Amino acid sequence: MIQPATTDLITVNIDGKEVSVPKGTNMIEAARRVGIDVPHYCYHSKLTVVGNCRMCLVEMGMPAVDPATKAPVTDPATGRQRVNWMPRPAIACATSAMPGLHIRTTSPLVKDCREGVMEFLLINHPLDCPICDQAGECKLQEQSAGYGRGYSRFVEQKNVKPKRTLLGPRVMLDDERCILCSRCIRFCKEVAKDDVLGFTDRGSYSTLSCYPGRRLENNYSLNTVDICPVGALTSTDFRFKMRVWFLKQTNSIDTESSVGANTVVWSREGAVYRITPRQNDGVNDTWMADSGRVLYKATRGEGRLESVRVNGAESALDFAVRAAAELLAKGGAAIVGSGRSSVEEQFLARKLAVALKARAWLVSRVGEGDGLLVSADRNPNVRGALVTGLVGALPSGRLDELGALIDSGSVTAVVSVGEDLAAAGLTAAQLARVSVIYLGTHSNPTSAAARVLIPTLTVFEKHGTLINQQFRIQRFAKAVPGVAGATDDLVVLARLVGAVGGPVVGADVGSLWTAIAAEVPALGTMSYGNIPDTGLLVDGTPWAGLPFAEGPSLHHAPAAPAGKEAARV
Amino acid sequence: MIFRHVDEPGYTSDLACYVRNGGYEVLRKAVARKPEELVDQVKRSGLRGRGGAGFPCGVKWTLLDRKSGKPIYLVVNADESEPGTFKDRYIIHQDPHQLIEGSMITCFANRVERAYIYIRGEFPEGARILERAIAEARAANFVGPDILGSGYGCEMYVHRGAGAYICGEETGLIESLEGKRPYPRIKPPYFPAVLGLYQCPTIVNNVETICHVKHIADMGGDAFSKIGTPNNTGTRIYCVSGHVRRPGTYEFDVGRLTIGELLHEVCGGPLPGRTFKAVIPGGSSAKVLRFGERFRGKRKVGADMVEYDWGVEDIPLDFDSLGMVGSMGGSGGVIVMDDSVSMVEALGNINEFYAHESCGQCTPCREGSLWMKKITARMVHGDARAEDGALLKSVADQIAGRTICAFGEACAWPTQSFVAKFGDEFTAYAQAKKQTRAEGAAELV
Repeated sequence: MIQPATTDLITVNIDGKEVSVPKGTNMIEAARRVGIDVPHYCYHSKLTVVGNCRMCLVEMGMPAVDPATKAPVTDPATGRQRVNWMPRPAIACATSAMPGLHIRTTSPLVKDCREGVMEFLLINHPLDCPICDQAGECKLQEQSAGYGRGYSRFVEQKNVKPKRTLLGPRVMLDDERCILCSRCIRFCKEVAKDDVLGFTDRGSYSTLSCYPGRRLENNYSLNTVDICPVGALTSTDFRFKMRVWFLKQTNSIDTESSVGANTVVWSREGAVYRITPRQNDGVNDTWMADSGRVLYKATRGEGRLESVRVNGAESALDFAVRAAAELLAKGGAAIVGSGRSSVEEQFLARKLAVALKARAWLVSRVGEGDGLLVSADRNPNVRGALVTGLVGALPSGRLDELGALIDSGSVTAVVSVGEDLAAAGLTAAQLARVSVIYLGTHSNPTSAAARVLIPTLTVFEKHGTLINQQFRIQRFAKAVPGVAGATDDLVVLARLVGAVGGPVVGADVGSLWTAIAAEVPALGTMSYGNIPDTGLLVDGTPWAGLPFAEGPSLHHAPAAPAGKEAARV
Repeated sequence: MIFRHVDEPGYTSDLACYVRNGGYEVLRKAVARKPEELVDQVKRSGLRGRGGAGFPCGVKWTLLDRKSGKPIYLVVNADESEPGTFKDRYIIHQDPHQLIEGSMITCFANRVERAYIYIRGEFPEGARILERAIAEARAANFVGPDILGSGYGCEMYVHRGAGAYICGEETGLIESLEGKRPYPRIKPPYFPAVLGLYQCPTIVNNVETICHVKHIADMGGDAFSKIGTPNNTGTRIYCVSGHVRRPGTYEFDVGRLTIGELLHEVCGGPLPGRTFKAVIPGGSSAKVLRFGERFRGKRKVGADMVEYDWGVEDIPLDFDSLGMVGSMGGSGGVIVMDDSVSMVEALGNINEFYAHESCGQCTPCREGSLWMKKITARMVHGDARAEDGALLKSVADQIAGRTICAFGEACAWPTQSFVAKFGDEFTAYAQAKKQTRAEGAAELV
């Protein structure tokens, strides 16, 4: 709907600058290409155009032609074709590029229009910025500073509307701050396919609300908070917690499923406060699921592992690594890698497996896909394990086969990289039979049973890459420092590899990528540094025949229906 | 023409009476003609829309997207909501079959197979009359799958609005007809002739316009175009309300009468002891005219440009003349105000209406209309300031021309013209009505 239908380039003129844009591009986007900001509220590049805020009014003109002969009319003063400017301003968001279209974004009329719209938007707005969570990232603030008059002529009483309406479990509405742009309504209808929001009443008394008996509780409800240009919709999880200008933004990836939505992690002084989506038109557009926004709570959650232990006693990392190597040297080792680990960690896990001549396993995690940004495969990086060669096939269900090997006594030591073996199907008796070496972030039956326990980091505390369902390799970065007592997974794995007699490898992503590029054919042309923020597609053809258990998502359609999940979706 | 029979004693709204008076004969002949020929007749007639904008009806029909292959709809706009206008209601109540016949001819001419009459919620009686009339017409095969044995079929439905002025705006009406909030659509791209009802090409015409189609089909476009004045053809119904002795609906050739003739000769002049002060010639959103002001300029008469120097009484009541003096023919609602009226209070009344009726979709109209209402209400309630007139004008200037639909102009024009023409009254009002507020009294909204 917003995407230009064709790639024919046409030339338009914006404030005297010629710019070539695909036919059908709207003038806000065209202006953006030449660095001209056309202020707007209701327009959103991923939603339908309604043109109701009127902030993007610009002057529009077409080159003059003689009505009879269709010959261009030249202006004798300049020698150029004259432009017929229309007397009324037009909204840039609904104006598609046409050959020769001229727009002015800085003329006195446009300035007056913007001042007028800003004044109108502010007369009934509470102007409670000091106590408003949106302050600092509020379009009303930015654009009134940029395009408003700076003073008020309004001496009447402001309208009174509901102040604290809980639209759903995660979204709070302040109707007085609402500027009725309808972005949230359109999002729910068009993207989340959950048409629950609408306006009641008329005119300036229009009020946003849910349909009677309904609540805004779909798994995408917090996107309405992201796209709300003002402080009308706020997140119940984030409101009143922190001023946004204090927060540091770190690019990250949503690890809840194989979609790999791009995110920004907002943190301050070592604590994460919220996660918001980051635009990636090939993956998640500008959206993400609510369920991915609470993952940060794991960094400070109950049960975080904070001390290295050997046989239950607190220990030092060096000692633990030696103890693990001794256990593994006895032979009969197995590696349980993880589809949640980064590509780099999986690469090292594979090195460990090779050094130990051990077989590596992966735990599958299948949920229900929603067809949008949460896929059925809840492991964010199964394809990383395939690409790095950690495993050769897709994980299937539980670790019953490994359990049988333990029962038969052929496996006597298991290294688990972050996977809870009990949840994956091993019994307490089986765990008791083997020496468990556990690298993980949170306590669970496996950590309790571990002979060697080494706390590691969550995705928010380290760097790395993940390969999503499209075989798109995407980077995530360290937002906050790890908890005391935890060690970067890469360091632990690299030391284990060395301790069991494997090659000496780097323990940071930079040096690891030299080895990865050299040894992993599919990633041969890449380095950590040259992966763009929106990721890079890896050639996935060697694995095309595998029965991936995912249905379609926003920007991913499975090549062929394979497996139960795809058939169901 | 349209009112030929309505006031005859014994003339009723039922089918038998209509047929007795020659009803549906034009339709009978029309379905034997070529649709293109009927469209051509309407084009030649020069008929201009009677709803408010005065857009040429024939041009509207030719703009229809006939290549899309989608069905074409006719929507008869009976959401007569402009204050001061009450002609469509009269037609529906007195002569509903004339509207149905006109609609069917329009449908046949444009190959429409489904027509809707969108009638405003405040006309329950009109809706009942239309429902009954359509049932009668269907029983007599004037509406239905095989009209008068011609093989051409068209169904017709009445849809009642829920009481919103904005539903008179054609794209708002279409949204409402689709079952949504009547938020007018943005144009481009949603021109009804291309993307109208259910995204199909749609004709939206006023009740009176549709009735004229019947007479054009009857007498021919050329004959119709000789009625009235050039470019302002046919007859039109003036709804005169306010301070005249005989208010009511009057049908005259367009432009034959001047404002003075209509008010003095037809409507009997001002009430005893009063003098005319102002007139709004085309429904409350048209710009007001002040008695005593002069309008000078040049206008085209035949092939020549002729100078004119008119007082309000001298202005011919046609689309072009009223446009030339800065107002408009609009919906034909002539609202007369005499010297007993305070223009500030009159504007307060109008502003209250528009603030109440703004749909709230786009910012300037939504916020501006209420702001203007709050200002005039405050003035009327005794807290007028000397600068309020200028502020009102400035607010109105920020609305007109910047909104999605014509409501922006509709709510801004009264304020702009009242303040421009009666600025002295606004100033005087501020001086006379300025009251010192009691200690601790709440500020009036």
